[in-house]
Amino acid sequence: MQPVGAGVPLRVDIAEKTFKSAEGVQVTALKELAFEVRQGEFACLLGPSGCGKTTTLRILLGLDRDFRGSFQIPGAGDGNRTAAVFQEPTLLPWRTVEQNVRLALPKAMRDADLDRLFKTLGLADMRTLFPSELSLGLARRAALARAFATEPAVLFLDEPFVSLDEQTAERLRHLLLSVWSARPTTALMVTHNLREALMLSDRIIVLSPRPAHVVGYFDVRLPRHNRNPQVMEDLLRSFHQKFPGAV
Amino acid sequence: MNEQGDAETAGRLRSGLGPALPAVTVILSLAGLLAVWSLVAAIWPSRAFPPPGAVWQELLEDTASGELPYHLGVTLARVAASFVVAMVFGSAIGILLGSYRRADSFFNPWVVLFLNLPALVIIVLAYIWFGLNEAAAIGAVAVNKIPNVVVTMREGARAFDPRYAEMAAVYRFSPIDRLRHIVLPQLQPYFAAASRTGIALIWKIVLVVELLGRSNGVGFQIYLYFQLFDVAAILAYTLAFVAVMLVIELLLVQPFERHATRWRRRPA
Repeated sequence: MQPVGAGVPLRVDIAEKTFKSAEGVQVTALKELAFEVRQGEFACLLGPSGCGKTTTLRILLGLDRDFRGSFQIPGAGDGNRTAAVFQEPTLLPWRTVEQNVRLALPKAMRDADLDRLFKTLGLADMRTLFPSELSLGLARRAALARAFATEPAVLFLDEPFVSLDEQTAERLRHLLLSVWSARPTTALMVTHNLREALMLSDRIIVLSPRPAHVVGYFDVRLPRHNRNPQVMEDLLRSFHQKFPGAV
Repeated sequence: MNEQGDAETAGRLRSGLGPALPAVTVILSLAGLLAVWSLVAAIWPSRAFPPPGAVWQELLEDTASGELPYHLGVTLARVAASFVVAMVFGSAIGILLGSYRRADSFFNPWVVLFLNLPALVIIVLAYIWFGLNEAAAIGAVAVNKIPNVVVTMREGARAFDPRYAEMAAVYRFSPIDRLRHIVLPQLQPYFAAASRTGIALIWKIVLVVELLGRSNGVGFQIYLYFQLFDVAAILAYTLAFVAVMLVIELLLVQPFERHATRWRRRPA
């Protein structure tokens, strides 16, 4: 059954977001930031560090309501339909991996069968461990498991692979792709890593330095399994041609 | 390597004796105290300073007559009631003050005032205002303790990690789940600290409350034996009560804390 509002895109139209620093200085983080992510599409918000990507995500997650503008979330008003993977795993240290995942589920789904998800993410043997017993890479996987277990209508990821060594990050990107492909969800990921964006996304939304607004879109229409190193080089080159100086 | 071998042996020795060593030390230390006590009582025999044997005799007699268990039970019930009241109200107020800065800056002088009110004043006023009854007694003890709980729990509420609250907001945790899985676990160390100091303070104040306005309990009995100048009985009641509080600490408080902090331990 299609969830209510499933065909709706993620539509963002933020007119302005300003911060007041401790000294009372106004800093404009976002200005005229508008974009759309189609249903079932994996999009990346790509921009230089500190341009306001995380701020955008916090607004969309409803954690920051102090801004001018509007946005529309697919599946809004349809119960628990938004999931997020934060920059840090943010697992509850006093609950086991499995409890952490189940607690994020709506009451009706609490007893869902999670065996396949845990297996795909290589967490089958870690379900009873506490987060302090996990490496950062494993904790990130548990955070992914929590997000996907909720079967969200839209998924937000905030640089979920930073501060990992490249090998671990690459393995996690593949894991992310395999769980995402099993149930393609409208997804918006924030990153400043162009390679990561080219590897994962259908569309890259390129942001300017602060105050952030959309510079342009870069669509990657190739199926992901065809994005081998050779193709990635070509994609990188054409990206740099289209957006010289970006990132 | 020799060095490594030595280190290993030392490690094994330590791990072999490790659990027993503190217990042995405690027993030796208490035996030493008992020996000093007997010695001093033997050198200066006096009705005001009975030897351990006389206190033990008194303890056995009062236990057999049922008098000591009765008064001990009454006092323990008062300790438990005051503890629960103090923890519930103190935690609620402390969390509120820790969460709302404005309320805190307004009510902080009140907290400081109550922190510095002498226990005796609160007890006397409670008896005058509310009469010589059980509610006044328990309330007076709780009011003595509440400011300490408030201060500790306020610190705990200020230390909340906003990331957990945000995670809970994104995943739409219910209010009950938030309390159980986000708020209480973060407060647990502060709660443990407040209850530890709480029990120690409360049982001392309960004795004063009983002395001033109750007709049963350990405090009342001590006052009675004070008038009879019966030091052996006073010591018997004191030691019995201290022993019970230690057992509560060992069998209730510590296992609970170990359970609540099990997630902190890492595998070897």
